[in-house]
Amino acid sequence: MTTTADPNSRPYRLTHLKALEAEAIHIMREVAAQFERPALMFSGGKDSIVMVRLAEKAFRPAKFPFPLLHIDTGHNFPEALDFRDQLVAGLGERLIVHKVQDLIDQGLASEDPGPFPSRNRAQIPTLLHAIETYRFDALFGGARRDEEKARAKERIFSFRDEFGQWDPKNQRPELWSLYNGRSRPGENIRVFPISNWTEMDVWQYIMAENIEIPSLYFSHKRDVVRRMGQLVPVGDDPFGPRPNETVEHKTVRFRTVGDMSCTAATESPAATLADIIAEVAAARASERGARMDDKTNEAAMEDRKKEGYF
Amino acid sequence: MPATTNQTEKQPDPNANQGMQFSTESYLDMDLLRFLTCGSVDDGKSTLIGRLLYDSKSIFEDQLEAATQASLSRGDERMNLALLTDGLRAEREQGITIDVAYRYFATPKRKFIIADCPGHVQYTRNMVTGASTANLALILIDARQGVIEQTRRHAFICSLLRIPHLVVCVNKMDLVDWSKDVYDRIRGDFESFASRFEITDITFTPMSALLGDNVVTRSENMPWYNGASLLHHLEHVHIAGDRDMIDPRFPVQWVIRPQSDEYHDYRGYGGHVASGVFQVGDEVMSLPSGMTSRIRSIDIGGVGQPSAFPPQSVSIQLEDDIDISRGDMICRPNNQPKTGQDIDAMVVWMAEQPMVVGKKYQIRHTSNEARCIVKGLRYRMDIQTLHRDESAENLRLNEIGRISIRTTKPLFYDPYRQCRATGSFIIVDEQTNNTVGAAMIIGPTT
Repeated sequence: MTTTADPNSRPYRLTHLKALEAEAIHIMREVAAQFERPALMFSGGKDSIVMVRLAEKAFRPAKFPFPLLHIDTGHNFPEALDFRDQLVAGLGERLIVHKVQDLIDQGLASEDPGPFPSRNRAQIPTLLHAIETYRFDALFGGARRDEEKARAKERIFSFRDEFGQWDPKNQRPELWSLYNGRSRPGENIRVFPISNWTEMDVWQYIMAENIEIPSLYFSHKRDVVRRMGQLVPVGDDPFGPRPNETVEHKTVRFRTVGDMSCTAATESPAATLADIIAEVAAARASERGARMDDKTNEAAMEDRKKEGYF
Repeated sequence: MPATTNQTEKQPDPNANQGMQFSTESYLDMDLLRFLTCGSVDDGKSTLIGRLLYDSKSIFEDQLEAATQASLSRGDERMNLALLTDGLRAEREQGITIDVAYRYFATPKRKFIIADCPGHVQYTRNMVTGASTANLALILIDARQGVIEQTRRHAFICSLLRIPHLVVCVNKMDLVDWSKDVYDRIRGDFESFASRFEITDITFTPMSALLGDNVVTRSENMPWYNGASLLHHLEHVHIAGDRDMIDPRFPVQWVIRPQSDEYHDYRGYGGHVASGVFQVGDEVMSLPSGMTSRIRSIDIGGVGQPSAFPPQSVSIQLEDDIDISRGDMICRPNNQPKTGQDIDAMVVWMAEQPMVVGKKYQIRHTSNEARCIVKGLRYRMDIQTLHRDESAENLRLNEIGRISIRTTKPLFYDPYRQCRATGSFIIVDEQTNNTVGAAMIIGPTT
């Protein structure tokens, strides 16, 4: 893919991917300029990997004017952690890891009660604790508006009060490409540079830019069980099979990579980026359909965001 | 009131989108078009959006299922397409759209970003927000109602925000027997009042969003209509010419200075091109210093480019080491923006607290920040009648008026009608930190 205009055909044309890239670079630089202590949320998933590439486009050949921040639930896929460490080493940027387990040990967060081992909610106090500890005033996230309908209404600069809460009825108007990041000490904003990207845009960009992603996204053999109509990966405790569940060895891949405890696999032979793009194009289920955490009720995401979730 | 409960709606045809084939190559060769939908649920807006999303395969089965389940639990008789688009709990409970929602779909030709805006007058600020980034607006008219007050208000806002292309969708044609006469009358009404606005490109399309006529495919019920379907128009409308490629403006956003030996001399000015074209070797001037130099290199993430054009985000290096920082404007010595501190602008007020003449506010203009004092309110415009009330003393929420401001430092600007990026600013309340006004520069105060 060329980055410049082809004078023979349509001069000064920008493809949709390049237009989205330009918008994201602009947003990242705006945050760097308007805030004292930003950080980039990095999970090791494809969206945050794309965010890292966009930060390189915005700030190279200089270092990023912010660290990467990983909220480590302790429920990560080992492949995602390995990938994270490799990527950070290659980048030469600073990574801060804040662990849910540490908050649980200190009594500041707790495991979800109930039969499903999920640390989805425990991420929220951990994230807020990291914000207080490092006094971050702006956090980049890789969330997209096409993921979920509460997100479709969220601003690119999403203002949060001192409890990290999102108030959907009291959002600042966001016009043109002018972003108002004014906040008081203790308040912070979440910034979503790839708000206007779709799942397909992300995959296309990964392909066009030749970006390396964790092997989890590609077809591989894995032990899974069928649970609530989905293929759930099994591993060591606490991710082992439940009584009456049968472990199957299947050819699967992950369309989205969250915690092992809340990400379902899909059966897929897609071994290359081109295969994945063809599969996404033909898909009849949304990406977050594989995230069990969103299925609780119709407003699950809105409620979690109000509590300080990304 | 839910949008579609009391209508007989044709359920989306699951086979409708099979003809829309993408190839890997086409994915990497698509344009981007941002458009706005103006109208209320009663005009069939949600139905239209639902159809565009469904027919382009942008609604997934689990989302469709979730909306169907929600419709059933509400007691609706059939799937309520508005539930697909209304994202917040309060919106679903009240059956109204409160805030702008952004929707995405793509065809092999273009990727589309829809700013789905509420239509009622109390949400004017939300519509203005959606309009600020749009290349095109869809204005929905219910064929049974014709041009109403709301239509005029929407057209006025589109012209105020200078959306280059307008598509007037005369919807619900099925309910007026596909009548050419009805369509012609509505078209005539719209054209006669729109002649007072600065709208350059208007297209009219008679349609039935419910039945799909003229949405994706041409209607067989209206053989008298020779135009394209809505989607065909959205795919082909010429948008490359909407940008100003003549007047080079580069607001400096961030200075890239690597603290390393390898890049000891690197000093890149990061920003996005607001308008015009910059080429390597061009003589440029920086404002406010007035210093000139030449462009040594243009790059994106370290990869060299021969030129930069809107809306690219690039990094520019100059031949000479001149002092440039955030908020400065790079232009050409023989093509400079206006410089001034006394400026007139049209402003849309967006806060519950009224705008007060004599009060000081913060403003953000390009990458620049300044403070300003509102020196005067020239007039308040009634957005229904377009009457100018020169005796008005303040602007309340959703009101529009012409103001004069004085800024603490010079701004480098162009009139909004020439350049949206250098002609717009936002007004921020210094106590609450809220964005309280959206302003479009007319020119120097006279």
